[in-house]
Amino acid sequence: MAKVMLEVNELTTKYITRFKENVYAVDHVSLKVEEGKSLGIAGESGCGKSTLALSLMGYYFPPLHYTSGEIIIDGQNITGLTPDNIRKSILGTEIAYIPQAAMNALNPTQKVIHFIEDVVHAHFPDATKKEIYDLARTRFETLGLNASVLEKYPVELSGGMKQRTVIATSVILGPKVLIADEPSSALDVTSQKKVIKMLRDMMETEIIKSMIFITHELPLLYNVTDDIMVMYAGQIVEKASAEKAVFDPLHPYANGLMGAIIVPEEGLRDVKLTAIPGVPPNLKNPPEGCRFAERCKYAVPQCKVIKVSLNEIGNGRAYRCIFSEDELREFYKDAKSN
Amino acid sequence: MPNQTEPLFKAVGLSKEFGFGRQKTLAVNQVDLALEEGEVITIVGESGSGKTTLAKMILGLISPTGGEVFFRGEPRDISTYRKKLAYWKNIQAIFQDPYSSFNIFTKIDTVLLDCIRMRGNGNLPREKKREMMAEACSFVNLKFEELTNKYPFELSGGQMQRLMIARIFLLDPKILIADEITSMIDACSRATILDMLMELRDKIGMTVVFITHDVGLAYYVSDKVYIMEHGKFVESGTPDEVILNPKGDYTKRLISDVPKIYEEWDLSTV
Ligand SMILES: Nc1ncnc2c1ncn2[C@@H]1O[C@H](COP(=O)(O)OP(=O)(O)OP(=O)(O)O)[C@@H](O)[C@H]1O
Ligand SMILES: Nc1ncnc2c1ncn2[C@@H]1O[C@H](COP(=O)(O)OP(=O)(O)OP(=O)(O)O)[C@@H](O)[C@H]1O
Ligand code: SF4
Ligand SMILES: [Mg+2]
Ligand SMILES: [Mg+2]
Repeated sequence: MAKVMLEVNELTTKYITRFKENVYAVDHVSLKVEEGKSLGIAGESGCGKSTLALSLMGYYFPPLHYTSGEIIIDGQNITGLTPDNIRKSILGTEIAYIPQAAMNALNPTQKVIHFIEDVVHAHFPDATKKEIYDLARTRFETLGLNASVLEKYPVELSGGMKQRTVIATSVILGPKVLIADEPSSALDVTSQKKVIKMLRDMMETEIIKSMIFITHELPLLYNVTDDIMVMYAGQIVEKASAEKAVFDPLHPYANGLMGAIIVPEEGLRDVKLTAIPGVPPNLKNPPEGCRFAERCKYAVPQCKVIKVSLNEIGNGRAYRCIFSEDELREFYKDAKSN
Repeated sequence: MPNQTEPLFKAVGLSKEFGFGRQKTLAVNQVDLALEEGEVITIVGESGSGKTTLAKMILGLISPTGGEVFFRGEPRDISTYRKKLAYWKNIQAIFQDPYSSFNIFTKIDTVLLDCIRMRGNGNLPREKKREMMAEACSFVNLKFEELTNKYPFELSGGQMQRLMIARIFLLDPKILIADEITSMIDACSRATILDMLMELRDKIGMTVVFITHDVGLAYYVSDKVYIMEHGKFVESGTPDEVILNPKGDYTKRLISDVPKIYEEWDLSTV
């Protein structure tokens, strides 16, 4: 059996707003990523993808707070560690995070190499300039970036180049888990492809041991990740292999999402895309029953009253709905033929 | 007197040069563009190809360094603020980051009221104006009562996107420019936004100009696609012509770089 790099059990975290309200943006989330594998996370804006990414590092600062559950990285439970310990011994080496819009966060007055020195020194205060430079040069060249980038300031780099620099920098210490939050969404297709190629190369050369990739771009997830998880209102509603998630989604929201994919391939113009009217529930007081019930066209009265749990159906597949797999597939078949 | 044979909007040899001397960039280079009433076109191109600069010139937000613009067959005159306001009754835009389009200290009701004023209907009775705002909100699946007294930053990204469309509903322009409005949202929300815009187009006969990196979107929605490279249109035609049968290498590359789900996506070509 492959080694599990990241295991998350029933993780729940919340924001406490300035009005002292609790916003449960990550609600009892469990997942597992094995060595050499990648997991994709998709879902509507505000469903909790970035909050989950932040929560996975075990490093919380207001307004985000830990509530319950555990995070285990390569056998080590990091849940109880102090923020100081997390910063010194976990971030960068065990788990690294590329935040949404990271490329705009680079300090404009700092050369790339100085930025890398800061990252390395946080863990290895004794590393010399020469050691760091050699490490950075090797890493950049392995990833197809010219070492001359190290001597540049962020403003001298194009958007796509800046983003690849940020990524190469975040993996400088070879983390076991990399979390990439929308790493290519602001880029044009060509730069996007270069970013994806780089992430692939990092997996193949084992610079990183596993990856969580967050994006709303489904064709991208499909091409990059082994498994896909769909979130809705803070919860997991679908978990499957990339192939199954895209071509045989079970949860009605996941089904809608996959039915709205646009690719420039023949015949697409005649397809009616799935739009789902309405908005997700407020996470301050989510409904007792199924959180998707207000918008689900298959909802029955029960959906609103019973707590719907995640059905594990083997092979790592799971979905959150009261109907059986077969019933759901039947619904979708009927919907298609109408 | 509107000229019947002339297109609604026409640009001839439109150019924009930024900077001086060595720093000079020709962001838009001799672009010709005609927009017919009710037509949906898409401008696709890589980052820095000049799409937003072109959009800003069409809107009259920045002045061209070359070329001419005609609206309804007449040379466009936006030489005074008053004339600009009159022009903006006809042409409006939505940009990618919806939050940046609003003053964060303006309440939602005021945002919508301003649209009614811009149409010259500021003197209507209060009840009538509320009715119009409620209608616009319900068109985009928002509840007006829930928005009153709120500020833009208190809305979610999805609600903001829809509020932008509610504004367009009230502004009732002849031309709408949508610059990368769907690049940060999920597939279902994109489908919802597109449905709303297309319904609005049918309702008010609006021309829509999409600007995007998303070749799939261009293929799906447009009557006509323009491919932009280094400030120039290098290819144009129907989506079937341009996207299924691209001629130039640049267009071919743009299309092959889009991740596919039915065909193999070749990563070795970057
Ligand atoms: N600082 C905060 N205080 C209170 N609530 C917050 C805060 N940040 C986010 N939220 C709420 O938490 C929920 C999850 O937000 P999150 O940013 O994780 O969503 P997301 O899935 O990453 O969305 P996107 O696709 O737009 O990036 C949202 O409902 C959001 O309104
Ligand atoms: N105000 C400005 N001053 C100087 N140069 C500018 C200015 N605005 C744009 N440019 C330059 O003009 C060119 C075209 O930029 P533009 O923003 O129009 O591209 P775009 O196609 O919209 O790109 P993107 O897809 O990244 O939005 C770029 O080289 C850009 O650097
Ligand atoms: S539980 Fe009911 S409302 Fe929820 S997804 Fe299933 S059918 Fe729809
Ligand atoms: Mg996010
Ligand atoms: Mg632009």
